[in-house]
Amino acid sequence: MTRNLRTAFFSALLVFAVAVPVFGLKLTTVGIRLEVHGSDAQTFWIIAACAVAMFFWQLFRHHAAAGWAASPNLPRVPAGAGNFLTLPSTQRYIIIGLILLALVWPFFGSRGAVDIATLILIYVMLGLGLNIVVGLAGLLDLGYVGFYAVGAYTYALLSHYYGIGFWVALPIAGAMAALFGFLLGFPVLRLRGDYLAIVTLGFGEIIRLLLRNMTDLTGGPNGISGIDKPTLFGLSFDRRAAEGMQTFHEFFGLEYQSINKVIFLYLIAVLLVLLTLFVINRLLRMPIGRAWEALREDEIACRALGMNPTVIKLSAFTLGATFAGFAGSFFAARQGLVSPESFTFIESAIILAIVVLGGMGSQLGVILAAIVMILLPELMREFSEYRMLMFGALMVLMMIWRPQGLLPMQRPHLELKR
Amino acid sequence: MSRPILEVSGLTMRFGGLLAVNGVGLTVHDKQVVSMIGPNGAGKTTVFNCLTGFYQPTDGKILLDGEAIQGLPGHKIARKGVVRTFQNVRLFKDMTAVENLLVAQHRHLNTGFLSGLLKTKAFRKSEHEAMDFAAHWLDQVNLTDIANRPAGTLAYGQQRRLEIARCMMTRPRILMLDEPAAGLNPKETEDLKALIGMLRDTHGVTVLLIEHDMKLVMSISDHIVVINQGCPLADGTPEQIRDNPDVIKAYLGEA
Repeated sequence: MTRNLRTAFFSALLVFAVAVPVFGLKLTTVGIRLEVHGSDAQTFWIIAACAVAMFFWQLFRHHAAAGWAASPNLPRVPAGAGNFLTLPSTQRYIIIGLILLALVWPFFGSRGAVDIATLILIYVMLGLGLNIVVGLAGLLDLGYVGFYAVGAYTYALLSHYYGIGFWVALPIAGAMAALFGFLLGFPVLRLRGDYLAIVTLGFGEIIRLLLRNMTDLTGGPNGISGIDKPTLFGLSFDRRAAEGMQTFHEFFGLEYQSINKVIFLYLIAVLLVLLTLFVINRLLRMPIGRAWEALREDEIACRALGMNPTVIKLSAFTLGATFAGFAGSFFAARQGLVSPESFTFIESAIILAIVVLGGMGSQLGVILAAIVMILLPELMREFSEYRMLMFGALMVLMMIWRPQGLLPMQRPHLELKR
Repeated sequence: MSRPILEVSGLTMRFGGLLAVNGVGLTVHDKQVVSMIGPNGAGKTTVFNCLTGFYQPTDGKILLDGEAIQGLPGHKIARKGVVRTFQNVRLFKDMTAVENLLVAQHRHLNTGFLSGLLKTKAFRKSEHEAMDFAAHWLDQVNLTDIANRPAGTLAYGQQRRLEIARCMMTRPRILMLDEPAAGLNPKETEDLKALIGMLRDTHGVTVLLIEHDMKLVMSISDHIVVINQGCPLADGTPEQIRDNPDVIKAYLGEA
């Protein structure tokens, strides 16, 4: 009982520790300074109530569980529930539900929320792309952000120098990233495991340093600004259209609202994520998807069966890079500004953390993990200095409790029908 | 006597100061079962590794149908129709039995990116054929019942048979089996013998075998090569080998 009491006490304390800074403190801008104020009394009462609830829950949890098990009439969580959630067919329904939700809610959400959701979707795309390389093909790539940068700068440069629009630049950016993936992959895919990780890490940094130092072309550390936003079949979402263009609100006779632009960007991101999901789902059921898995399991056996390991790895590397390229060009379009500082190693680490956290190879897991990884720091801006500490703690806890990831992959198995 | 399909001469493999294989020669005729025997550590598996491109032989010639294949990478040699199994079974353990067989057909499948993405008719047909071919071979090795189970969960004898079926998926001309009977019980060894006989007689596959089970070797081989300490020791029909005093000496030691 004393042990229960202690656990309960610390749990309640934890509720305070987490909730008070998040909900209890408000930042307000006073002139050019930020001031921290306490929230209203009601918030504190709610937090206190939650803490008390947590205290009693922890105290009587075992009794409750025992009572639950003793009474056979009560419905029970079936033993297969966890398993059920990770089945491919269930995941498909969940994904369809999420898609519908994703398409509808921005029209009711706030501008800031939609903006953060767009950012999350970029990371979902990056996570899904890296998932091909790390989760499916089993190649540890620490320089994935390099391809992201290639995609972003491809669009930025095309827009800056040639005035090419987003929709034309998108496939070009994907192709450029793929080309870089191919060129890098060709020499380094002979390496395995740790060695591959180190070389790709170096590659990511090389790309960033190149972008930083090729000042004439890329603007160096200042980057490129004034990148065009995407248009809807030539309709821009700005207040006033550029020469020879029409704006969305004029065309449809609507009032100008800046949130339209945000929602439009969000919908493009949803579209790109759906495309990525579709491609990956097909890949899993294609011979190349099976070959990736086989290669991850036993490279020597693959060679003995006449499969060329280099080509198979290269295909994974190139495809993964392509999606980073798409994500990159969208990122550039959304920000309107790219600079080398957006593509530091920490970005690679975050993307990799998303893949590992979600469960290697699992698509739903990656989506979930991207939400967690991006939303948490946004919600806890007050803790921004402790962000890395929190990531570390999160990773350690995950590795202890759920080393296979939030929602580990269950690959769709092909069945022999009789 | 049919024409030779594989001719090996002066095959030498040196690891630093160790001469693992020294001037081994081998002639394999089409649709024969040829066995390679010798005491442990004689270099039999090293010869296999050289023939299948897993090692680059230091010296020697390997002619497949008169074409030199020494020094080619493993997957290229496999594509020419020389496929092997491993002494310790190397299946894709997390994949099901039938998926193991589908993976092995990779090279024969429609691997076009767009056709797979859009699920074209050609793609579905190709996948369907692959499935039929896999089902056919699962039936041949008597594994249809466990087709949808992960390969890692199968019994040892089943894994051995699945590995042979997986090799057959690549439509090989020469099948190289590295100790296929190791760890099998007498009944399973009999089945294996029947399977090898069937591969040769019905499917026209040439089989090159490393095996320690003398009963199996003597009863199934058309030709036997004996290797001792990396050097060729004897070479002939099972009867000739059985009566060869050098072979007896190598196996039993000096009298």
